[in-house]
Amino acid sequence: MGEYIRPSRLEEALSALARPHTVLAGGTDFYPARVGRTIDEDIVDVTAIDALRGISATAAGWRLGATTSWRALIEADLPPLFDGLKQAAREVGGRQIQNSGTLAGNLCNASPAADGVPGLLALGAEVEIASREVIRRVPLERFITGLRRTDLRPGELVVALHVARPTHPARSAFLKLGARRYLVISIAMAAATLEVAEGRVAAARVAVGACSAVAQRLVALEAALVGAPLDRSLADRVDPTHLGPLAPIDDLRGSADYRRQSVLVLLRRLLAGLAP
Amino acid sequence: MTVSFMLNGTAATWMGPPVTRLSAALRDDLGLTGTKVGCEAGDCGACTVLLDGRQVCSCLVAMGQVEGCAVETVEGLAADDGTLARLQKSFLAHGAAQCGICTPGMLMAAEELLRKVSRPGRGEVEDALGGVLCRCTGYAKIVDAVVAAADPTAIVTPSAGAAVGARLVRVDGHAKVTGLDVFGADGVPPDALWIRVVRAPHARGRFTLGDMTPLRRRLAAVLTAADVPFNGFGIYPDIKDQPVLADGIVRYRGEAVVALVGEHATVLSIRDDEVPIDWAPEPPVMGIDAATAADAPLIQADKPKNLLLEGGVRHGDATAAFAGCAAVAEGVFETVFVEHAYIEPEAGWAQRVGDRIEIHVTTQTPYMDRDEIANVMQLKPENVRIVPTACGGGFGGKLDLSVQPLVAVAAWLLKRTVACVYTRPESMAASTKRHPARISAKFGCDATGRLLACDVTATFDTGAYASWGPTVANRVPVHAMGPYVVPHVRTRGEAYFTNGPPAGAFRGFGVPQAAIAHEAMMDELADKLGIDRLEFRHRNALRTGDTTATGQVLAHSAGLAQCLEALRPHWRRTQDEVVAFNENGGMRRRGVGIGCMWYGIGNTSMSNPSCIRIGLSPDGTLTLYNGAVDIGQGSNTILTQIAADALGLPAAQFALVSGDTDLTADAGKTSASRQTFVSGRAAEGAGRDLRQQILRLANAGPDAELSLDGARLTVHEAGEVRVIDLATIGSLTGEGRFDPPTTPLDANGQGIPYATYAFAAQMAEVEVDIELGTVRVLRIVAAHDVGRAINPTLVEGQIEGGIAQGLGLALMEEFLPGRTENLHDYLIPTFGDVPEIECILIEDREPLGPSGAKGVGEPGLVATAPAILGAIHHATGVRARRVPLLPHRLREAIVGLKGTGA
Repeated sequence: MGEYIRPSRLEEALSALARPHTVLAGGTDFYPARVGRTIDEDIVDVTAIDALRGISATAAGWRLGATTSWRALIEADLPPLFDGLKQAAREVGGRQIQNSGTLAGNLCNASPAADGVPGLLALGAEVEIASREVIRRVPLERFITGLRRTDLRPGELVVALHVARPTHPARSAFLKLGARRYLVISIAMAAATLEVAEGRVAAARVAVGACSAVAQRLVALEAALVGAPLDRSLADRVDPTHLGPLAPIDDLRGSADYRRQSVLVLLRRLLAGLAP
Repeated sequence: MTVSFMLNGTAATWMGPPVTRLSAALRDDLGLTGTKVGCEAGDCGACTVLLDGRQVCSCLVAMGQVEGCAVETVEGLAADDGTLARLQKSFLAHGAAQCGICTPGMLMAAEELLRKVSRPGRGEVEDALGGVLCRCTGYAKIVDAVVAAADPTAIVTPSAGAAVGARLVRVDGHAKVTGLDVFGADGVPPDALWIRVVRAPHARGRFTLGDMTPLRRRLAAVLTAADVPFNGFGIYPDIKDQPVLADGIVRYRGEAVVALVGEHATVLSIRDDEVPIDWAPEPPVMGIDAATAADAPLIQADKPKNLLLEGGVRHGDATAAFAGCAAVAEGVFETVFVEHAYIEPEAGWAQRVGDRIEIHVTTQTPYMDRDEIANVMQLKPENVRIVPTACGGGFGGKLDLSVQPLVAVAAWLLKRTVACVYTRPESMAASTKRHPARISAKFGCDATGRLLACDVTATFDTGAYASWGPTVANRVPVHAMGPYVVPHVRTRGEAYFTNGPPAGAFRGFGVPQAAIAHEAMMDELADKLGIDRLEFRHRNALRTGDTTATGQVLAHSAGLAQCLEALRPHWRRTQDEVVAFNENGGMRRRGVGIGCMWYGIGNTSMSNPSCIRIGLSPDGTLTLYNGAVDIGQGSNTILTQIAADALGLPAAQFALVSGDTDLTADAGKTSASRQTFVSGRAAEGAGRDLRQQILRLANAGPDAELSLDGARLTVHEAGEVRVIDLATIGSLTGEGRFDPPTTPLDANGQGIPYATYAFAAQMAEVEVDIELGTVRVLRIVAAHDVGRAINPTLVEGQIEGGIAQGLGLALMEEFLPGRTENLHDYLIPTFGDVPEIECILIEDREPLGPSGAKGVGEPGLVATAPAILGAIHHATGVRARRVPLLPHRLREAIVGLKGTGA
């Protein structure tokens, strides 16, 4: 039987992590990976640490605590900037998973099909990481480094996500493609945040998930959107050449070709939907 | 660690490892087995409880996290005095619980919603309950129950003689909505040893076992093939080809190899790689083409060409008739392995009682289990007792042995109680599947649209072992021409062994696969001749007085034409609506399709008798001794209703003893849609027999009325009242038997394979996203000839649940060994996928059936996939040749059509 600790202070958790421990939060990825067998590893349960929970506005923007649940995000009073992430939150598993699963857990599990990642990428989120020695911040793009791989080093823990306040009024949206209505792993998904000034796109961030080992920002598309009038013609700016960063695969949920075509459709619909 | 928390409003403490799942603590330590475990992975929601008022999967919550929290489970819903909550009553009244395994999770998810919104809309209910899977109901009645939970519910309590036809609440429903029903994993005695099965990681290969001595030191036993007295089982008396534990050879991934028996924590702590098995994998033979290749290795050494069985029906001269056809349609259609995905994994336990073995298990077929275990154990059948637990869904998958021989062998050898509960991945890897099929069909008709000829060959992948393969290969040729008059018929069925999972019984025994083919042919012929698709079918429908391809005259109850007539107004209106919708252009296109089916009730040309008894004890207890296992479909209730009216006492006065082979007579297996028709007739006979005995005692005539009050049995006749004091006359037992009259099929498939047939026609309206290839089924109207609806609520429940499975077959379900052995990669329909369903019950009475009833268990799903696929064709022009029609496949086909300029 392994060790299990559930500290209430962050420092205790970080001290424990000086030795290898598995971090347990919402349990929605932890337990499914341990079906039908005894759990004997050493565990730090971070769900009792108040400092890791909840959403707050800061001078620079918003801080989303690492163990904030998807449901807490949905219920939080947040500006339209977060609408896309809230839409994604509603697509995470069923209500039970939304009630338990945490934002940081979704990132640390580093699944290509993590529903939260494209929306957070489109928000330009940064990941705050703490260890006993140091606190550092990493853009989300650099935090998830590969299939089931992150930039998290031994002894480190994700503490929070940070979303900067946009320069201009912003809106965002999310679309998910799956083979059934609820409880479905994405075949492809797309998220976008647009900052708008004088009826035109002042800044854009667009991300696609489940079409590469790690969800990707589509920088070329973002560039093509800047300056465009905020109307349904935004959809026309999407071009297959924008999908360069993606590397979709054939799997049981869909073919690579299908994913490539579908992402274009999702992006066009997403952008058309962001027009007033 | 000690955890203190509130449990259903009362302070509770629990001690144990804090990483223990809340679901396990509730069930194993706190005695609250109302919370069910379906997957341990958050995929099914059966274990949903409220944690501080919010629904969570209790399989994903560490007990360490429960400290100081409030946990609410299904056991806390009813008032302390046992009065059911409104929500629970609403579930009963609406028939929202079938097998009941998902019911506690559904109730708790609904409870969270209802505390915020007392009168939720359907969309709110679907969103709130969308994380709980149900495989039985098709969700419609669950939504109804939650939407109406705030309203007072009317519970029907029919008086004597009025039970048949009433929407009687399930007689076993109370236990299902309170969490008190005992399923396979719920009643395991605390002192039981546990089995964990080590399974083949390869689909084909040889192995040798190493030295098990170190493991045996940690365990009570390590069982191998050598420990099994007769190491072979199978459905057919002459085909016992599947080993309980593999003996040096494995033939499919997931096959049982070694059984570890010991304390629960110990068997779970031993990893597969700690068990010394030396594997020599070989390239597996996967699929029909590989199995039938000239140089294919033999899956079973004594089965040449890997052929299990072939057979067929010949009537007239199909070859000659095609020459005279005005229109001919041809096509090849393929289906894949489909998983039953009952939410309750296989589970049970055994104990040795002297020289007998007693097995408590979730099963569809207690008497077959008894005889099979007797053979495996080399005991006399009477020395085996099967006590069926509540069954959390079966659909054919619990007709084969699973845990039974393992727990029996271990309990016998160790003289200890031994339990085994499959995990979800184990259940999916090890259990039987729907047969993958390749169906080559050719149909022809004359210029007026009268069918003249058909030629169908159905080739099945029967997997590694025979299981129900012969049943499928025999049933399909009889049904493959569809429910139509076809004068010239040639149909063939053949099944080949592969290294796939054993393909067995799954709701429809191959007929759903065949229906996809014959209904596509009907659409094509109708289109070629410019005849409406419904009218084409109506023209050709089998009617009373017609002769089938096996030479059987349908003397009664062939209601397909009535079903089609009932659909006709819906069909016409929907066609107009679809045209209007599509005129708007856009990327979403709608279509409407129709599917017809027929289904022979009971075994194909084989005896399948049922015997039912009713006891009236000296204290006035009236008991239905019912050997027909209710796996959720409602036979406990249906048989009670039939028996009650035959006897002439209210259904509410019946107690129930179900399934126990020591206490009930053999009422056969719960399969082939046979329990209402066959066991129902036996129950009717039992009721009449007991009534006769009572009338004789009272010297009363046939029209006398009975009433029962304790030991006082009163017989009223023409103003006269006679009272029988039951205490003075001893026990009375009424008995009824029925075996549907059939005859064997000859070499050309001629004979009477079934005593009666169910018929149905379903209409589906779909919306296809042309750009993404996704399909939303908007509406299904299902017209079913059921002979007589003994209980309309339960009949609708069977149809709605069947439709959900048919939708899954058409659009999303594909079992791939090693890849979809869980409920997030293997997709079954959720709340949001099953559309609004309108059931139309046609009652074309079958004189052989109880009160005219036939069966409806399987028919619900047979017509659904054809209707949906026809609607997709109508919307897009794509005719699916392979199901499931996943979005990427449909999109590729749409692109392909454009490419050819079609």
